[in-house]
Formats: sequence, C-alpha cells, structure tokens
Amino acid sequence: MSRRVSNRRKALVTVIAWAIGIAIFFPILWTVLTSFKTEAEAIASPPSFVFFDWTLENYTEVNERSDYFLHFMNSVIISLGSTLLGLAIAIPAAWSMAFVPAKRTKDVLMWMLSTKMLPPVGVLIPIYLLFRDFGLLDTRTGLVIVLTLINLPIIVWMLFTYFKEIPGEILEAARMDGAGLWEEVIHVLTPMAVPGIASTLLLNVILAWNEAFWTLNLTAAKAAPLTAFIASYSSPEGLFYAKLSAASTLAIAPILVLGWFSQKQLVRGLTFGAVK
Amino acid sequence: MTKFARVLLGATALTLAVSPALAEKLTIATVNNGDMIRMQKLTDAFTAKNPDIELEWVTLEENVLRQRVTTDIATKGGQYDIMTIGTYEAPIWAKQGWLVELDDMGADYDVDDLLPAIRGGLTVEGKLYAAPFYGESSMVMYRKDLMEKAGLEMPDAPTWDFIKQAAAAMTDKNAEVYGICLRGKAGWGENMAFLSAMANSYGAKWFDMDWKPQFDGEAWKATLTDYLDLMTNYGPPGASNNGFNENLSLFQTGKCGMWIDATVAASFVTNPKDSTVADKVGFALAPDKGLGKRGNWLWAWNLAIPAGSQKTEAAKKFVAWATSKEYLDLVAEKEGWANVPPGTRTSLYENPKYQEAAPFAKMTLESINAADPQHPTVDDVPYVGVQFVAIPEFQGIGTAVGQAFSAALAGSVSAENALANAQAITERTMKKAGYIK
Repeated sequence: MSRRVSNRRKALVTVIAWAIGIAIFFPILWTVLTSFKTEAEAIASPPSFVFFDWTLENYTEVNERSDYFLHFMNSVIISLGSTLLGLAIAIPAAWSMAFVPAKRTKDVLMWMLSTKMLPPVGVLIPIYLLFRDFGLLDTRTGLVIVLTLINLPIIVWMLFTYFKEIPGEILEAARMDGAGLWEEVIHVLTPMAVPGIASTLLLNVILAWNEAFWTLNLTAAKAAPLTAFIASYSSPEGLFYAKLSAASTLAIAPILVLGWFSQKQLVRGLTFGAVK
Repeated sequence: MTKFARVLLGATALTLAVSPALAEKLTIATVNNGDMIRMQKLTDAFTAKNPDIELEWVTLEENVLRQRVTTDIATKGGQYDIMTIGTYEAPIWAKQGWLVELDDMGADYDVDDLLPAIRGGLTVEGKLYAAPFYGESSMVMYRKDLMEKAGLEMPDAPTWDFIKQAAAAMTDKNAEVYGICLRGKAGWGENMAFLSAMANSYGAKWFDMDWKPQFDGEAWKATLTDYLDLMTNYGPPGASNNGFNENLSLFQTGKCGMWIDATVAASFVTNPKDSTVADKVGFALAPDKGLGKRGNWLWAWNLAIPAGSQKTEAAKKFVAWATSKEYLDLVAEKEGWANVPPGTRTSLYENPKYQEAAPFAKMTLESINAADPQHPTVDDVPYVGVQFVAIPEFQGIGTAVGQAFSAALAGSVSAENALANAQAITERTMKKAGYIK
C-alpha cells in the first residue's frame, strides 16, 4: 500500500516537474516556432501552433541584413574573456576569504554583493566618460573589463561558498607535506573545487552572454555582441515579430546547446554546497 | 639623388598608392524600420559614386537608439558620424550646439522642396540642423465596408462627434469587431503622442504662456473623458497595452472599424501580403472639435551630424544623398513608387506616378500640412511641438503622465484622479527645472 502511494506521489511529482519545465521552456519554444512563420502568421489570432506554412525567409533576411558571425564571435570573446579574467581574480580572493578569514571578511563579502544592488544606469555616464578617455568605447577589451567587474561579486560569492565546504584540514595536511601557497591553491584546492569552478564558469558565461545593458550602451559597430544583434530587429513601426524571433533563436542557440551539454555539471555545481 | 630623398620619394609614392584603400568610414546609427532598412540595401549606389567613403551601420530599437545616441552626443563620445534623430531631439540638440548646421548640401539638393511643416520643425533660428528622411502625421484609417454596413459615410475631415457615432455603429463585440482602436500603452511617444494631439483639437495645452501645467483645465478633462468613453465602450479589450504595432495587428486582422494613427501605417494596412483588409481601407483627416486645430501630429526621422564628428564633409555628402530627390528616384526604380520614403518633399506629392501608386498620398500630405509645430494649439503656448513639448524635461513627464492616463484606461484610477496626478507630476518637475516657482 505504502509503495502504491509512493508511486502515485512519484507520478505526481513527475507531472508537476514536467509542467513547470514546459511552462519555463514554452516562451523559448514559441520564439522558435514564430521564427518559421511569416509576419502575418506571427500576429494571427488565434495563433497556429504547428499548422502553418513553415518558411525560412526570416532566417534568410536576418542573414542578409546582419553579420551574425561578427556578433557571435564578439559574444564568445566577451563572455569567455570576462569569465576567465573574473575567475583569475576571484579564485585567490575566495581562497583567502574561505581559509584565512579576517575580522571584516563577512563585511567585505556583503559590500561586494551590495555593488550589485546599484542600478547600472546610475553609473552609465561616469563609465562612458572613462571609456571615452581610455579609448575603450566599442572595443571587446572594454566590454571584457566592464563585464568582469559586473560579475566579479557573483563569482567571488559562488567560489567562496564552494571553498567553505572543503575541509581546511586537507589544505593543512598539504602544508605539512611542504606545499607552498601556490601548490596548495593549484594542486590541492582547485582540483577539489573543479565542479564548483566549472559551474561558476558556466553560469558566468551565460550571464555575460545575456548581458544587455552595457553591451548595448558601450558598443557601436565593431564590438557589438548578439544582444545588439537582437535589438536591431525590434521596430517601433511595422511588423517584426517573426524576424525578431529568428534573430533571437540564432542568438540563444549556442548558449542553449552549451547549457544542454553541460547541464549535469551545472546542476552538480549548483547543488555542491547544499548536499554536503 | 641622395638616399634620404629616394626613401622619401618611395614613401610618398607608397602612401599615394594605398590611399584609395584607406577610405573614410562613416558610422551611422539608425532605427529599425522599413524605410531605413531599404536605405541600407541601396547604399551601393552611394559608395559607387564615393569610393573614398565606407559605411558602417548600427541599427537599434527606437528607445535603445535614443538612449544610446543621447549618451554619446552629451558626452562627446564620438562613436557616430551620422545619427537618426526625431523631431523632438532636433531643436533641443541644435540649441545645445550638439549638431552640425546643414547649410551647404550641394547645388542639386533643393532645400526649398522640403515640406515646410517638416523643415520648420528641424530649423532653429533660420538654420537647418537635420535633414528629413521620412515624415509622418496621423490620420483616420477606416474600414469602408463596415462604414457602409453601418449606413454612414466618412467625411474627408470628420469631427470627434462623428467618430464617436461611427465607432458605436461599427462595434460588434460578438464578432470581435471594435469600432475604434487607439493607442493606450504608456509612453511619451505612445499614448501621449495621440492624446496630446487630440487635446490640441479640444483646445487643451500642456502649458500656458507662463509654463504652468494645464491638466486642471476643462479642455483636458473633456479630452480624457471622451477618449476613455470611446475606448471603454467601443475599443478592444486590454487596450491599455496597445501601441502602434498592436493596433496594426488588430486592424490588419479585421478587428478595428477605425484606427487613428501614423500615416505611415497606410502602406502596411493596404499591403495585401500582410493585411486581410487591404482593399477595404479608406482614409480621412484626423478629427477636430470645430476649434481650428485637428488632432493630428507631426513626426519625422531625420539624419543629423553630431558636432563631435571628425568626418563632417563625408557625412554631409551621405546625408545629402539619402535625403535627396535622386534617392527617391532610386527607390522608385528598384522597389516601386509605393515604397518611396514619404513625407519629406513637395515634389514627391506632385509626381503623378507616386499619386497613382500610393492612394493615401493626398491624405498624408494634407495631414502633414495641417500640423503646425510652431503653433500647435488653439491658444498661444511658449513651446514648439505638436504631440510633444520640445524641452529636455518632456521625456520624463510625458511618460509619467502617460502612465497616469494608461492607468485610467485600465480602470485602476478615475479620469479625475489621473488628471490630478498628471498636474502634480508636471508641476513638480517644472518647479524643479526652474520654469515656475
């Protein structure tokens, strides 16, 4: 009897999980479907789900009008660059906070997080002026720097949480065996924290890939990533939903594939601290 | 010849040989609409004639573009050589000294051919600071079949009373046909574009000659009450979320009897590829209240050169080409007369080929001519602009007032409260900005 209840409960949980999954995925699915419709079908009421004349004309037009590869490469360089630079700064910072905490470490962590609470537009003009004076406007280098700074608090916090879960005694033992600081971080701590570092890396690549305030405001033609590519298909006057959907599908496809293949790593990393 | 002289000569020759390859690159910021995209496709004709100029495009959504170019021009960022700006920005930026004067556009440019209403909005102290690429007003687009079924005939110049009568007669909510579709989405360029223009025809105004906000007057009360009455009784459900594109969708799918919006919509609703009612659409001037002003606006997207650009001469060449008669002929040749950017040149409306290809041409021209940005209201006002007030503070207050009116349409506040909110918001900002004490 108890087994039957358990099965029923399992089925219920499965149904609920699927329902939530579908609800979350539905807007993306709808975007993909709309990208294969004509503009007239995209606004038709009631909308047709799959029974419409499938067309590739939106993709053809998007390809003709925009240099997808340029935007794609900019996105790759900016998101990977900012994440790797962020990790290089955050790993030692998180190590010191997790294993050699000072009196004010918690305050420092809170202060770092508080910088995320400032609306970005509040510092747009000062940053724009700095970028202008340093010649960083519309450059990938500039965006790598600004996205590193924007995501650094999250990277430090995530790594700090993972490092806290690693017993300090292991590092102590390594030190007893004669390991220096460098060996301790590279050969002992980092391998143990790989799942945490990997999930931090993946999450930050996704955050940087989707960042649409700084990437739109600090770029023009040369360094504009896929967010600017999408923004160019929204129109104040005229139908644009199908073409915008095609552009969005092309923009999210790479990150969707990355997420799909690394989902185990992502989930493992994100639950790393919770299940210990 | 000494060795040094030979090296110098060789270097000079090399420089001359590679100089055509070092073309001047112009970065152009623009909005995503059909006419602008068409221009991007046709620029080979320009670069073929000007091999020393290369073009680089940054296309953005209107609001993103506005924020982007405003930041750049205000900080002298120098990211763009040519910017697409609206009639709202042109006089404000020109007064700030942010734009290059467009005085010498070439002998063939024929600046006097520009429509006077449009040119007037881009001119500050007699000098032109932006060249119009396409212009628009607003007008009534209506379903001739539904009007006939209702036993009514739309006059060329209807009154608001007639519009209300026709909306009531055309509404058939069971068949999902709504007598009238109007903008309801909050924003200074959304519902406030329509409502400010409508208010002008009711004798209302944003400010009196002392810059005192006027939302507590009877004229604004009548405007908002009639608007809410029309939309609540004869408008589509959820209208407080509807902007241009939402109403376009509704009209094209046969759900609106009348739609008062941008003249540029005429080419969309009469295009059989996208519109199910393409052959049933009629046009009329925006309505009036018998006070001498019609409820139509005036807008143009224009090309301007920021004062920070290092490539002013090349930029002027491009602006002159893109806004010339020659360009209109090029579009006509490649894409047909119906696709020529409207609303900028008198000669276009005198062209029989254009008149034939664009059945809405006459009404568009009359609508544009009926708008006067220098004298937009029944009474005198201290500002320029029909559906906006050309002061830097307007974007903020326009949107805040738009939110108050959109809330009234959604039914969450009464018309009286919305007007009181609008008055308070506007008064506060104008006091802060120093216009009033």
